[in-house]
Amino acid sequence: MDNIVDLEKHFQDRIDAEQRIEPKEWMPDAYRKTLIRQISQHAHSEIIGMLPERNWLTRAPSLNRKAVLLAKIQDEGGHGLYLYSAAETLGVTREDLLDDLHSGKAKYSSIFNYPTLTWADMGAIGWLVDGAAIMNQVPLCRTSYGPYARAMVRVCKEESFHQRQGYEIMMALCEGSEEQKQMAQDALNRWWWPVLMMFGPKDDASANSEMSLKWKIKRFSNDELRQRFVDMSIPQIEYLGLTVPDSELKWNAERGHYDFGEVNWNEFWEVVKGNGPCNHQRLETRKKVYEEGEWVREAALAYADKQQVLRESSQHVA
Amino acid sequence: MEKNKRDWPLWEVFIRSKQGLDHKHVGSLHASDAEMAIENARDVYTRRMEGVSIWVVESKYLHASNPDEEGALYESAKSKIYRHPTFYNIPESVGHM
Repeated sequence: MDNIVDLEKHFQDRIDAEQRIEPKEWMPDAYRKTLIRQISQHAHSEIIGMLPERNWLTRAPSLNRKAVLLAKIQDEGGHGLYLYSAAETLGVTREDLLDDLHSGKAKYSSIFNYPTLTWADMGAIGWLVDGAAIMNQVPLCRTSYGPYARAMVRVCKEESFHQRQGYEIMMALCEGSEEQKQMAQDALNRWWWPVLMMFGPKDDASANSEMSLKWKIKRFSNDELRQRFVDMSIPQIEYLGLTVPDSELKWNAERGHYDFGEVNWNEFWEVVKGNGPCNHQRLETRKKVYEEGEWVREAALAYADKQQVLRESSQHVA
Repeated sequence: MEKNKRDWPLWEVFIRSKQGLDHKHVGSLHASDAEMAIENARDVYTRRMEGVSIWVVESKYLHASNPDEEGALYESAKSKIYRHPTFYNIPESVGHM
């Protein structure tokens, strides 16, 4: 079985039979490329996602909130690592992936290009941004590429705490003074639409969706997941006593779903293209941190080399 | 900055989740030496009490079977059903065996 048509058919049969594909097994080039693009984009989102939250670390309202936020940010770094490792099993190096992030060639989730203006944003991000991420990620635990699926299982286990701590921040604000409740409403107003954009373009405008579904990299379409997220969020918003910033939002008994207004897709594409409120700032911070860490990476290697030499020479003596 | 850039090597991480169980592969990471690999593995893979012992091995020392030889390696076991206890019929009256 060595001609490409047979190989591709065998590959698709395995996918259809719900078998996982593992590193070093034969896979179509386009499958490999799609995975590298998607997994690395996902990894980049995790580490860039640390930046908007870092903004509130030193100003968290209590020591407890600070410890929780620190733990959450550390988790995001870990998630980045799991995902970079999964991408590396496909034959790319960590260095290449980071170069692509820093040069702007690789993308990350557009949500992290919005600013975090108040403490309520830590609530809104944990609850809504991580909530939307969970919605996207739970089906990825069954994605067809083994290392990606395993990474996602770990990520999802940890992500649930992020969402709950965010909602708890919102609850505290909504049970507080009128001003605090207003702060929560303001955060919801600013994050609601960008969060709906996290599910990606509408199905008919999503270039990569069809093949990804066929290869079972994706399990549900962008619009399906967006709808699910809206349906799930409304009762949570009602419990807080907040208002959804969408005049077209309405329960549709016939469909059994909420109808909602159109996302501002111009804004979405502008942010993707690099023109969001914080794109420049995020990438510059990321590059600066990486460059400033260069000497640490070099020093660690120099130390490891020296220890190696010492070990070898002591073995000779013995 | 571009001068002979060398990446930290890649390590595979194995964790024993509790005393008495096997170490299990959990993922990989880059580190400059074994000591740092263990420290980093502790930071990323045992933050929620997932382990009581860590093994790390540099990925280049890990040898794997070739997935293309799947048939030659594992097919023959399929016909040897007599290797399983259920292959043998023992009357119930004999008791547990």
